[in-house]
Amino acid sequence: MKKLMLGNEAVARGLYEAGCGFVSSYPGTPSTEITESAAKYDEIYAEWAPNEKVAMESAFGASLAGVRSMCGMKHVGMNVAADPLFTLSYTGVNAGMIVAVADDAGMHSSQNEQDSRHYAKAAKLPMLEPSDASESLNFTKLAYEISEKFDTPVIMKMCTRVSHSQSIVELSDRTELPRKAYEKNGPKYIMMPGFAKKRHPVVEERTALLTEFAENTDINRLDEGEDSSRGFIASSTSYMYVKEVFGDKYPVLKLGMINPLPVRKILDFAASVDEVIVVEELDGFIEEHCRNIGVSRVKGKEIFGCIDELSPNKIRKAMGLEVPVKASFPEGIPARPPVMCAGCPHRGLYYVLKKLGVTVFGDIGCYTLGAVAPLQAIDTTICMGASISGIHGFNKANTFYGEKTNNKSVCVIGDSTFMHSGMTGLANVAYNESNSTVIILDNSITGMTGHQDNPTTGKNLKGEACTKINLEALCHALGIERVRVVDPYNLKECEEAVKEELAADASSVIISRRPCALLKYVKHAGAISVKAEKCVGCRSCMKVGCPAISIKDRKAVIDGTLCTGCRVCSQLCRTGAI
Amino acid sequence: MDSLKIMIVGVGGQGTLLASKLLGKILLNKGYDVKVSEVHGMSQRGGSVVTYICCGDRAYSPVIDEGEADYIVSFEALEAARWVSYLKKGGIIVTNTQEINPMPVITGAAQYPEKIIGKIKDLGVNIDAFDALTPAVKVGSVKAVNIVLLGRLSKYFDFTEEEWLTAIRESVPDRFIKLNEEAFLLGKQA
Repeated sequence: MKKLMLGNEAVARGLYEAGCGFVSSYPGTPSTEITESAAKYDEIYAEWAPNEKVAMESAFGASLAGVRSMCGMKHVGMNVAADPLFTLSYTGVNAGMIVAVADDAGMHSSQNEQDSRHYAKAAKLPMLEPSDASESLNFTKLAYEISEKFDTPVIMKMCTRVSHSQSIVELSDRTELPRKAYEKNGPKYIMMPGFAKKRHPVVEERTALLTEFAENTDINRLDEGEDSSRGFIASSTSYMYVKEVFGDKYPVLKLGMINPLPVRKILDFAASVDEVIVVEELDGFIEEHCRNIGVSRVKGKEIFGCIDELSPNKIRKAMGLEVPVKASFPEGIPARPPVMCAGCPHRGLYYVLKKLGVTVFGDIGCYTLGAVAPLQAIDTTICMGASISGIHGFNKANTFYGEKTNNKSVCVIGDSTFMHSGMTGLANVAYNESNSTVIILDNSITGMTGHQDNPTTGKNLKGEACTKINLEALCHALGIERVRVVDPYNLKECEEAVKEELAADASSVIISRRPCALLKYVKHAGAISVKAEKCVGCRSCMKVGCPAISIKDRKAVIDGTLCTGCRVCSQLCRTGAI
Repeated sequence: MDSLKIMIVGVGGQGTLLASKLLGKILLNKGYDVKVSEVHGMSQRGGSVVTYICCGDRAYSPVIDEGEADYIVSFEALEAARWVSYLKKGGIIVTNTQEINPMPVITGAAQYPEKIIGKIKDLGVNIDAFDALTPAVKVGSVKAVNIVLLGRLSKYFDFTEEEWLTAIRESVPDRFIKLNEEAFLLGKQA
């Protein structure tokens, strides 16, 4: 049966067909749908872990239990899971194990555009890279075969354009596998120095065997071309762009296995063409390999650069071809950046922080949007959990040099991000006593990635009721005595709480609690409107940057189709018009 | 068919994803190779969003570049202007005339351009502009703008009405089928 599927859905289908029985992941664009789709198959146990490290270690546990497993993450999630990744390369697996990682070249929804292929090389793990949904499905099944044959986790490397493009896949039935018996094997699974020293040579031998596999596998294949004056080496979407632009004109060495890379196959290909052009997004990973094995007539990054996604026109331009003619709108077009939604519970709290003029260490989530105009309430955003650790260092260093900043700085972190990487930072705040004020923006969901449950929501990935971790109790247990809850729709309450906690001579946590306005179970009060006769056009209500409010003919107007009735704006209106 | 490239552009939250899924389905049902590229994550929060539908005997690139689109379906006037450079020479833009202010306009940092449709026409671009919001409200949901627009787009394709309606039935939950069928027909008649 043929079906249109996202690359991510196709990976999940591959898991299903290959008899996978265990999935643990942390959501992150563009990887999230792999796990969400896997959870729809009753034959697969699937869960959200608090972070990627936990997910990867759990997937390893499942592999030891004899069940084919997978953990999925975005590229920056791999940084969090890097610790187990490097050592799982030494232990290998029992049942097959896949690590799916999705890069985000172009940074559609990320804080950097790191190239995950380096992880495969650094951790000495095989990596497959599909170029569409059909390959996503087939490579996933192949990845389990490689994993078990070569005793190694296998990395499936996705990217935004493969993960989030639907293309046609051919479905097959599931192959149910018997569980592989677990056998205690200390020298293989206990990585203390004596045993690990003996495993490292095993890893190197495995890489040699995998290189031989890469020479012969048909996922590294040659597409014949009519003109051998140049030949392309490409994988993933870059391959698709080359075919889009040149069709079957030039030969293309299409690589499906990115680590280890073949040697003979590339040398033979290079010998068959006058010039080798490597087309790859981000770093010159394949190109460097070509140079290392002695291919001298190779071009890549010098013409394509290492920044942003590629596209058909970028390839046309780099190769000296004409690009299609285009029309250009004759004047500047205002940008339309993403914004916090109407009714977003983060808005009221950010307004208060901006009003108080405090330094705000931010974190990763929808609430990063508090950085844009008009709220502009955030000073820094780095990675998951960095808000709490950052504010701690900021306050400690300033105090050490005689400046008191803990009375004029806070950090903000979401509920899911707090569970991911905030807890250890908070333990540090308590332990090393920085008297910091930590605000947990608890909207009771993982918002930005599209509403995934987490350990504080009381529901699991399958939507079933489960243990709900109590944030107040958790913060107390981590050593914070001053913990209070505020409603971010109530500006006065928020302002009082922030002022009091900043003034307090102890570290504190303020939980700003209200569920995301887009959650289906949230009942809204209903749209409100502006009494035009009372509005004096002072624009006070515009300070919160709500997309439902605009000014027409010097009066505020509320868009009734967007407004949820949160009444944050009415608290700013000085004439009682809202 | 050699190649057909359609872009769907709008504002995050307007329902562009459903429109692209539906187009993908109808083209798949017609037996073509199809790719539908979506954007998830941050830009869905009220930002400018774009999806690409590429089809033909063989669809390679999942994205469409400047000067390549045969059709652009725009859910909002400013977005039609933003993406007009992606239209192929001789291509057609089908756009909703609705205007949604982006944040820089709301805050007063920028002006919403005037007479957008006329300015696009002046570029020599074939633009089919109409109010897709009113029919959507008439069938009972502003979210039906997407299907109203597809109804309008259907006039440029030689697919039967039944083929479109089948794709709608396969793409929306049962309780919304009637509403969307009505929206499609109103768009087609608009």
